[in-house]
Amino acid sequence: MSNRRDVWITGIGLVSSLGEGLEAHWQALSAGARPVIDETGFAPYVVHPLAKIEFDAQIPKRGDQRQMEPWQRIGTYAAGLALDSAGIKGDKDILGTTDMVVAAGGGERDQAVDGAILTEIEKQSNPDVFLNEQLQSNLRPTLFLAQLSNLLAGNISIVHGVTGSSRTFMGEESSGTDAVRIGFSRIAAGTSEIALVGGAYNAERRDMLLLFALKRLAMHAPWAPVLADPKGVPTGSAGAFLVLESPEHATARGVKPIAKLSGVWSERAKRGNAGAVEAVLEQLVKEAQGSGTEPGVTDGTAIFSAASGAPEPTKAEAAVLARTGLPVRSVTDRVGHSLEGQLPVALALAALAVSQGELFAPLAGEPLEKPFEGTLSRAIVTAVGHWRGEGVALVERAG
Amino acid sequence: MASYTDKAGRPVVVVTGMGLVTSLGQGKDDNWAKLTAGTSGIHRITRFPIDTMRTTIAGTVDFLPESGRTAPDLSEELAQLAAEEAIAQSGIGSKGNFPGPLFCAVPPIELEWPQRRILAQEAAPNAAVTYDDLLRAAEANGHDAWHERFLYGSIADHLADRFGTRGQPISLSTACASGNTSIQLGVEAIRRGDCDAALSIATDGSVTAEALIRFSLLSALSTNNEVPAAASRPFAKNRDGFIIAEGAGALVLESLEHALARGANIIGVVEGVGEMADSFHRTRSSPDAKPVIGCMRAALADAGVTPEDIDYINAHGTSTPENDRMEFTGMTAVFGERLPNIPLSSNKSMIGHTLTAAGAIEAVFSLLTIQNGRIPPTINYEIPDPAIPLDVVPNVARDAKVNRVMSNSFGFGGQNVALVLTGEPA
Repeated sequence: MSNRRDVWITGIGLVSSLGEGLEAHWQALSAGARPVIDETGFAPYVVHPLAKIEFDAQIPKRGDQRQMEPWQRIGTYAAGLALDSAGIKGDKDILGTTDMVVAAGGGERDQAVDGAILTEIEKQSNPDVFLNEQLQSNLRPTLFLAQLSNLLAGNISIVHGVTGSSRTFMGEESSGTDAVRIGFSRIAAGTSEIALVGGAYNAERRDMLLLFALKRLAMHAPWAPVLADPKGVPTGSAGAFLVLESPEHATARGVKPIAKLSGVWSERAKRGNAGAVEAVLEQLVKEAQGSGTEPGVTDGTAIFSAASGAPEPTKAEAAVLARTGLPVRSVTDRVGHSLEGQLPVALALAALAVSQGELFAPLAGEPLEKPFEGTLSRAIVTAVGHWRGEGVALVERAG
Repeated sequence: MASYTDKAGRPVVVVTGMGLVTSLGQGKDDNWAKLTAGTSGIHRITRFPIDTMRTTIAGTVDFLPESGRTAPDLSEELAQLAAEEAIAQSGIGSKGNFPGPLFCAVPPIELEWPQRRILAQEAAPNAAVTYDDLLRAAEANGHDAWHERFLYGSIADHLADRFGTRGQPISLSTACASGNTSIQLGVEAIRRGDCDAALSIATDGSVTAEALIRFSLLSALSTNNEVPAAASRPFAKNRDGFIIAEGAGALVLESLEHALARGANIIGVVEGVGEMADSFHRTRSSPDAKPVIGCMRAALADAGVTPEDIDYINAHGTSTPENDRMEFTGMTAVFGERLPNIPLSSNKSMIGHTLTAAGAIEAVFSLLTIQNGRIPPTINYEIPDPAIPLDVVPNVARDAKVNRVMSNSFGFGGQNVALVLTGEPA
């Protein structure tokens, strides 16, 4: 573990229900804007719909847009914003060596085709043959590519020219944590100079809600703040990508960091054991507190929670957060939960706040969110998966 | 005495255990015997009706208890069997206690038609079925187990429980290069000093009717249906597409130091891994083959060797017209005039294209090639393609001393990863 070096965040691309880009998010958060919620379009569920985005701005070819399902468009758009923010958009030399780690799900289906098949299939003498005929005549050939997990990364390569390397992690929330962790680890160890890491999620889909509904984990209206009242996952459409870079590489091209990424940790509690999530998360938070530039210092530190809202793990997370005594901000309350994208989204907002040196105001109804005055110098991001996987990241003010 | 570090001063990463399952059978011995005998595992599909299908053949694994259940169920069973074999051979750790992380390549996972149909029947709407009906049935009818089963992370999570790997397992996909990526992530973690050992698994048991139709709609599959065993024809002039197939491969990776300290038997070394993404097209490779060339050269550079040091290539060789031509173009640039004299073969001529699992399975076969001094053939090579002259070890296995192998994997989405593998460390 010797010869570790610092890792800077030099670019952030973010889209959510609050808008696009860092400025729009900072304005909304510091103005104490209420979360943007749709409680009727997907009734009885609560979703945070994506703000209106002009996709042409980052995905200029309509042909490219048509080849993607919305989750891929959201991610490809956010990735473009991140490259712009880092000042490397269109820089073929740098993009050709940029290492990409993407957290992705996939599987957005043609719900009309599925519905039509399900309406007729049980009336058939041979349902399996009918199914095959219907799929062969009605599936769009390119839909497959719009569903494949690794095609978000593929689209980022095609649209933005990122080709250094390309890896896609799956596995719900933990894939977002590990995508950032692997990008971070490679730069820290000196085997990568610059990386694009992140993820994206489209919440405005019934086929996506279905997976949560099988275990009654999707939040039903009315909306509620997740740490105070974890009654289900309020999914939110969002995409976040970060450009991570070695100080040497950034300095050589005259770029200053937005913030410093000081560590990313992931673990897997045995959820069947009582108290396991609390114990694992507590240990990870301690590790984060003991790392960084001034180990152990809690002044100017806040916690950004990416809690899912799923009852059991979120209660455990809230208990740990309360015991830290640190001011907490729930990212999920503000933009919803974007599954694979949630840790990158929370990390983006944490880095933004640290770079501003300020913590935005608490949300009414979320007692863990204590007021905070003074300079915010570091943020610990907590990401506890709705079914599995615990993660923590530490971001600090640079310089 | 062997040095614990390579030419670049990084820990040498060795393989101490391997396991696999393919349509040819379960385990290395059975697979190797059949592979070197030129036996095909491709057969007529019986898992679902093929009446209207353009392609009616596949390399499905039909001999396991979970065969024909859901894709994640079968994929998990395949992975488990391969990993059990690899860990047993390695002798690492103790039962349920593997001293390192898990990197697990898994196929696409989603709720499947049998589950959708049950939900639709439970909802029993009077009008057309919509996803709102499915949602209502899902909330009401206690299908809790489906939630976990159809999450992307569940296969790796269950494997992590079973084998006691450390930390949060990483589930990954780089499409048809996934197997190589699972190895690459393990190699990198050991070289960084994050761990002394890693378990790399790649599995694919996802041949459902819809999966077959999706690839068929992209015109990627062979329609040489008449004689299944003769359908997969990598590098032959009459190749017309790949054969979708299932299987899993697993490798126990360790630092040389860790392996020697516990007196482990060393099978081979992962000397180098190279990668380069392609920005040309979602399913097609850049016509100039630049990313493939860059990927192979990166693997050689990572291994600290030259093209002259490679004496066998385990090709990606899918049997699609485009892949095999593009792979030839790439290899020509990298290996130059020597290429026609380098024996090269495609395991896919016999086991089909195991998609997510291919890279790991072919890495296992590559190491068996080195160990046994015997190169598996490319079967069904009856009509050479004059545009891509190669020594594909046609139809019959060949005895040869093989010191160092390059194993290629390329995937949709511009994914290219190549491995350089060699025998016991000097």
